[in-house]
Amino acid sequence: MTRTVLDPTGELVTAERTLLPRPPSLEGRTVGLLDISKPRGDVFLDHLAGRLVGLGARVERYRKPTFTKPAPIDLRHEIATTCDVVIEALAD
Amino acid sequence: MELPDGLVAVVKRDCPTCTLVAPVLAQLSRVPDVSLTVWSQDDPTFPEGVEQVVDDTSLERSWHLDVETVPTLVRVEGGVEVTRTVGWSRERWVELTGVPSLGPDLPDHRPGCGSMTLDPDRVDELAVRFSGRTLRSRHVEIAALEDEHEALFDRGWTDGLPVVPPTPERVLRMLAGTTRQPDEVVATVPPDLVACTVEKVAVNAVMAGCRPEHLPVVLAAVEAACTSEFNIHGLLATTWFSSPVVLVNGPIAAAVGMNSGVNALGQGNRANATIGRALQLVIRNVGGGRPGGVDQATLGNPGKYTFCFAEAEATSPWESLARSRGIPAGSSAVTLFAGSGVQGVVDQLSRTPDSLARSLAACLRTVAHPKLPIGFDAMLVISPEHGRVFRDAGWDRERLLAELRALLQLDGAALVRGAGGIAEGIPEHLAGATLPKFREGGLLIAYAGGEAGLFSAIIGGWASGDVGSSPVTVAIGT
Repeated sequence: MTRTVLDPTGELVTAERTLLPRPPSLEGRTVGLLDISKPRGDVFLDHLAGRLVGLGARVERYRKPTFTKPAPIDLRHEIATTCDVVIEALAD
Repeated sequence: MELPDGLVAVVKRDCPTCTLVAPVLAQLSRVPDVSLTVWSQDDPTFPEGVEQVVDDTSLERSWHLDVETVPTLVRVEGGVEVTRTVGWSRERWVELTGVPSLGPDLPDHRPGCGSMTLDPDRVDELAVRFSGRTLRSRHVEIAALEDEHEALFDRGWTDGLPVVPPTPERVLRMLAGTTRQPDEVVATVPPDLVACTVEKVAVNAVMAGCRPEHLPVVLAAVEAACTSEFNIHGLLATTWFSSPVVLVNGPIAAAVGMNSGVNALGQGNRANATIGRALQLVIRNVGGGRPGGVDQATLGNPGKYTFCFAEAEATSPWESLARSRGIPAGSSAVTLFAGSGVQGVVDQLSRTPDSLARSLAACLRTVAHPKLPIGFDAMLVISPEHGRVFRDAGWDRERLLAELRALLQLDGAALVRGAGGIAEGIPEHLAGATLPKFREGGLLIAYAGGEAGLFSAIIGGWASGDVGSSPVTVAIGT
């Protein structure tokens, strides 16, 4: 269920949280691959990892304990402090 | 909403008085020349024997007709309500319908029941459904997995403490605290110079934790803060400590439960805490004034969360501060002062007004810096035990101000740069001058506090007058 609140601001800027700017290149950057523990997500991520390494990126692999819940805060913190870019994989 | 001409009766089966008058409604529906429409809140098959029963289980009609009691009987002419009566009173029903001998077997009168539109578990939802469209603020959805408090922090909408989520239900309830329209502009709020509506103030008042009856005070405070004399833009941007201090005068202070007594400048009173906080949230959220952004305070002060109190008028030796600033007796007002924090004054030995005034003057001289005259204002808050000394001596506020002014004429030679081995000070050429510590009108005196304690408080100010901020008093409306 979503709850609605009224924007308390002057509404000069969007209330959405914005994404960081897209990096121009992945060369030399650390890319985190987060497996959300859906079946065969690892197969998809294995392929991605190979492609990313080919582009000059360093790849770090992560796995959520379960796809039904948000990633634990420690895992999010680790990803945020280690990686420049993260790809979260869905699979089924 | 269009009303059918003739008679409109609003009923619910669940109300014993409605079931009592059901035969009367059936009787009325058979009278030629009487056009009766019944709106049934809980059962469109009720009352039996009436032709024109309209299903109002959505309660939309009842809500728009502002029905508080069932049965309500309304006479409508030309689509406009002419008169209404609630409950059952034979005399009133006969008068209103023009039909004699109604319900001869019924008691003369019987009070009605509450309309379903007022059911506690429905009232907020109905307000949103039927008047929510009047709310113009952007509706922001918080996702199911987001914690609502964290979500408000994440969006940068809080002062660092949790806020009450401003749901449409709560904002509509808050708006009931004022007679002003939600889309009315209260002020243009710096630094972003946003036209701030009553609704936006209400949203932030909800977040601050205000009750609806606090809203008129917050509205007046926002209006006062955004005057060019008060200069909230500069006050926000300064590296100095200061921020609005809100002093409330008049009957509204007690009516909304404000504290002017024990711990008046401290924590623990909802009205004091939330009214001051609501003003700060309006400046932060509507105006866009945030610490590290336009707010560049070197150190700030804890009063930037909230700083609001009432004057203890009932026990004051003097007329109220607002009265001395031109507000009529019996009216309520806010006075905003650009305060930088509280400095205590202790004097437990003075029993004469002259001695106590000298103590106060000695401490007031240190506001901002003992060698700096004129530049900074101050608010002096006299407590009851100190106030008693002036009351017993017959000193009114003007007398105390005049005595302090005389005591605070400073010798320029002691103030110049380098004097006393202190580089800070005024330019050399003023060495021969005598300078007042405070500009004319730059010292305010208020009265508040608990009965025990021979202490008073100095709330230091900011750059005074045209170069900074002047205190501003604004009447509180409805």
